Amino acid sequence: MSNSFIKKPKLNKQEKVQKEKPKDAKAVIKRLSRYLMEEKWKIILAILLTVIGNILALIGPMLSGYAIDAIEPGKGKVIFEKVFYYGSLMIILYVFSALFSYLLSIVMLHISQKVTRRMRDDVFTRLTELPVNFYDTRQAGDIISRISYDIDVISTSLSTDVVQIMASVITVIGSLIMMIMISPVMVFVMLVTIPLSILYTRYMSGRVRPLFSIRSEKLGNLNGFVEEMVSGQKTIRAYAREEVIQDKFDTINNEAIEAYYNADYYSSIVGPTVNFINNLSLSLVTVFGAVLFLLGDLSLGSISSFILYSRKFSGPINEAANIVSELQSAAAAAERVFKILDEEPEKTDAAEAKDLEVEKGKVILKDVTFGYLKDKTIVKNFNMEAKEGNLIAIVGPTGAGKTTIINLLMRFYDINSGNITIDGQNIGEVTRKSLRRAYSMVLQDTWVFHGTIFENIAYGKENATMEEVVEAAKAAKIHSYIKKLPNGYNTILDEDGINMSKGQKQLLTIARAMLMDSKILILDEATSNVDTRTEIQIQAAMRKLMEDKTCFVIAHRLSTIRNADLILVVNDGNVVEQGRHAELMDKKGFYYQMYSSQFV
Amino acid sequence: MKHIFTYIKPYGLRMLLGFLIKVMGTFMDLGLPWVLAYIIDEVIPLKEIKYILLWGVLMLFLSIGAREFNITANRMASRVAGDTVKRLRHDLFQKIEQLSGAQVDYFSIPSLISRMTSDTYNIHQMVSMMQRLGVRAPIILVGGTILTFTLEPVLTLVLVGILPLLGITVYIVSKKGIPLYSKSQASADKMIRIVRENVNGIRVIKALSKSEHEKQRFKSSNEEVAGNELKAGATMAAINPVMNLLLNGGLTLVVIIGAYRVNSGASEVGKIVAFLSYFTMILNAMLMITRIFVSISKANASANRIFAVLNMEEDLKVCEELEEEKESDSHISFHDVTFSYPQEQEEKDEKDESTNVESISFQIKKGESLGIIGATGSGKTTLLNLLLRFYDIEKGAIYINGKNVKSFSLKNLRKKFGIVFQNDVIFADTIAGNIDFNRNITRDRIVEAAKDAQAADFIDQLKTKEKDGYEYAVAIKGANLSGGQKQRLLIARALAAKPEILVLDDSSSALDYKTDANLRIALRKHYQNTTTIMIAQRISSIMSMDHILVMEDGKMIGYGKHEELLNGCPVYSEIYQSQMGE
Repeated sequence: MSNSFIKKPKLNKQEKVQKEKPKDAKAVIKRLSRYLMEEKWKIILAILLTVIGNILALIGPMLSGYAIDAIEPGKGKVIFEKVFYYGSLMIILYVFSALFSYLLSIVMLHISQKVTRRMRDDVFTRLTELPVNFYDTRQAGDIISRISYDIDVISTSLSTDVVQIMASVITVIGSLIMMIMISPVMVFVMLVTIPLSILYTRYMSGRVRPLFSIRSEKLGNLNGFVEEMVSGQKTIRAYAREEVIQDKFDTINNEAIEAYYNADYYSSIVGPTVNFINNLSLSLVTVFGAVLFLLGDLSLGSISSFILYSRKFSGPINEAANIVSELQSAAAAAERVFKILDEEPEKTDAAEAKDLEVEKGKVILKDVTFGYLKDKTIVKNFNMEAKEGNLIAIVGPTGAGKTTIINLLMRFYDINSGNITIDGQNIGEVTRKSLRRAYSMVLQDTWVFHGTIFENIAYGKENATMEEVVEAAKAAKIHSYIKKLPNGYNTILDEDGINMSKGQKQLLTIARAMLMDSKILILDEATSNVDTRTEIQIQAAMRKLMEDKTCFVIAHRLSTIRNADLILVVNDGNVVEQGRHAELMDKKGFYYQMYSSQFV
Repeated sequence: MKHIFTYIKPYGLRMLLGFLIKVMGTFMDLGLPWVLAYIIDEVIPLKEIKYILLWGVLMLFLSIGAREFNITANRMASRVAGDTVKRLRHDLFQKIEQLSGAQVDYFSIPSLISRMTSDTYNIHQMVSMMQRLGVRAPIILVGGTILTFTLEPVLTLVLVGILPLLGITVYIVSKKGIPLYSKSQASADKMIRIVRENVNGIRVIKALSKSEHEKQRFKSSNEEVAGNELKAGATMAAINPVMNLLLNGGLTLVVIIGAYRVNSGASEVGKIVAFLSYFTMILNAMLMITRIFVSISKANASANRIFAVLNMEEDLKVCEELEEEKESDSHISFHDVTFSYPQEQEEKDEKDESTNVESISFQIKKGESLGIIGATGSGKTTLLNLLLRFYDIEKGAIYINGKNVKSFSLKNLRKKFGIVFQNDVIFADTIAGNIDFNRNITRDRIVEAAKDAQAADFIDQLKTKEKDGYEYAVAIKGANLSGGQKQRLLIARALAAKPEILVLDDSSSALDYKTDANLRIALRKHYQNTTTIMIAQRISSIMSMDHILVMEDGKMIGYGKHEELLNGCPVYSEIYQSQMGE
């Protein structure tokens, strides 16, 4: 039927998107089954329940056939004993079948929840063990979607698809046996329609699936565009670019709608066609059944049960294509999850590693060589000495790699050669935990978590008391602000610290560092979006924090730089000059240029 | 729901045609079991294979017809749904672009995004589904019931008795289950938040060796999620077995009652066989209708959210007859400007600190520069929002070239500016595309602007064998550029069209002193005629400007040149001391 309202979309071969398929399906299944095997008793129970429940459901049509046979003699000749007998058997059967299928759902839920819970725990544990490098090279959203969305896909697939597959197999085999028992001749009719139906769904799903991939891809494009443009609406308006953006939007919107329609156009054939094949099979069964009945080979009840079985039989076959594609995407999700589990964790501490003991806070770097990439060394033969209580300022242009030294000091990255010692102990030979605890740290990206202000300040020190926390907050000049909040120290903060300004968050992290009371301090001075008044407060708090500590400061303030005991001038990742302010000025090198250029 | 129909209406005729085709298709589907019963009860007794085959052929034709009609109707429905949503999205996007700053604040940006994406998607699915199932299911339900009634009135009563039971089951279970699902969703959100916190704070967590603590935190949250999901799942899992039990129980009843009917001669066996087929069809239709209701109520919520935006009234109207500024040669002038942000906000989200401003007055001449300094939350950015008319002021007036900003069309007003906002957006486009920003600026000019913005060096470094640096693809939000690179790129965008007025809102904070200084030199050299307004935290960025405005708590507490302020404005000299002093 052709219709002028319907435009047939062209199938473009090149538009076919790579199907989402795991690369090594076997390995993935093996690992997944290792998780499943831990629940093997429950799984055996589930299989038993499935088999029994489905066999019970299969007997139903048989019984109804017998009952109809008992009715068949017609007016006044119905054999009521038989009808009641089979009727009550049917009821009992169906009650048990329902009961079993409910039990089965519950067991499967338990299994899938257990498995996904363990998987999530494993992934998270691995996440805590991974080196900082892992996080530096990945998007937060990607990591999060693996632990939430991907594991959800696996969970759904485990709890529904697996049962469905088992049930389908039993139903198909069971119905086939039942149909053969009723009438082997009629099964030949089915031999025409079944392969037709299988071939057709296979053909169509092969054809339609790429269209659905395109459809979700285009929708993703649209959503991405909208997110970008609505977030940037102020800029768009400021540049009066509304019309151009609207045109671009219309194009993308059109593509999304067309892709949706294309997928619909072809998939709209599937439902009615499968229905058609079923109807065809019904017609054939009816005609043949009627003929066989005339020949006296078949009772009416048998025709009726045969029809019911043939419907049961074709159901799972039609669903098969769907289930297979769901399993495929579950396997792909599992592969993504396993990829995280396979990431190389931070090297464990050596067996003989001792805890670092810091008395003075003397830090020496000797012949240190390092590069983020193996073949690209950026820090070359770097030597430096920080004495107890020294202030080391790290300065350099934007993006010159000022944080590299911090990364090395804290062993977020390991050096390639040379050594770093604190009070004479090589930091490569002590436990990471004790090393990192030796530092207090205030970074530019202030980090607070969902919890009370108290918990946020006390985060670095186990069993900190309220007095200690208040003390630290007072020293960080944030106590009076906290006091003004209705819930004081019990105020809950969000991850983004929505109810706190950036400056206040910074003061909070300073308080956190105050409470740690370590001998060495690492500080990032950049306060790009903090206001001047708060900045003055922060500075006072920082000065207090720096007292009696060996300090490494990524410095932006001239006062800090000029007062430093040692200035490390960084460019292109490497330390190009070091010395005191006066020495470096005399040298008239890179530092001198940087310093003098600000008064233009 | 009403509003959605205004969008569907233009396609009414096509929809009606689609409906008719669908009705025909559905009736053909329904006709099959009827023919089946007829064959068993009427044709078989004739004992003529010829007739059986004849009726068989009829069944075949009905099957083919049902397929063709249903496919055609589905396709037409899909087209209508697509066209409806296309128009809806177009209008919504256009409207969002026209909203005033106050209106954007009212809805909040994340909420606008989700209205634009998931809400329109829900509508798409609903319009499509309503046409497909919304016709078929009721026809099968009503038509099927009528057909069965003519076939066997008493057995139909069994059917009619079962239907409400099904509805009640779905209702009761969902009523219990849906709150449980919301609860498990909430606990899943909590778990994701912990992961996000950990990803973002990994350095702090590692520095403080809190991994064990975080593991425990995640573990207990994970347990909670699993527990809640189990509860919700166990409740909802009851629906299918109960439904199946009702369905099969009904079938059994049909057989038993049918036995009596046949025995008394009121019915025939074939009718019972056909009835069993109808029974399954009708109950499935009932299930479909419950699904449609769920989807309609979901879409209705979405429609309301969409139309809340579409029905917003235009805020910033152009008033041409406004008085001009008297005897003035200033380029930009603020006369006693007072403004406060509207209070109401639908969803509170992270906002740039916005403060109300009070009695702001200043004048600057063409080509002059103005530096604004002051605490965050002192109202600096608010001044820009007013100058570009994202909001309308309450009192006073703002003039550009002596003309009130309200008397410009928004387009003409904003064309005068080259602007970089705080944390401005970088688009997923090439470097050149980001600078050009759809304005058809020549490549030479783009390169010039990049040079002036001190961006040329890093752009050249992005060069590969195939492409020069200007064709380098920038990731969404500029994720593959550093903070300083992003700022320079944004400044290049602002400079590219040689604007009449250049506005930089804290947009050189990530630049080192030297680059910052070079930028200032370039501006002085190549943009003498451009009036510049610069908001900065660093005093060195603004101290050489022609005018400096010091803001605090929405009021101006100092205005003048550097030397004047150093002596006359205590806050200014305090800032100076803290940044430049010993």
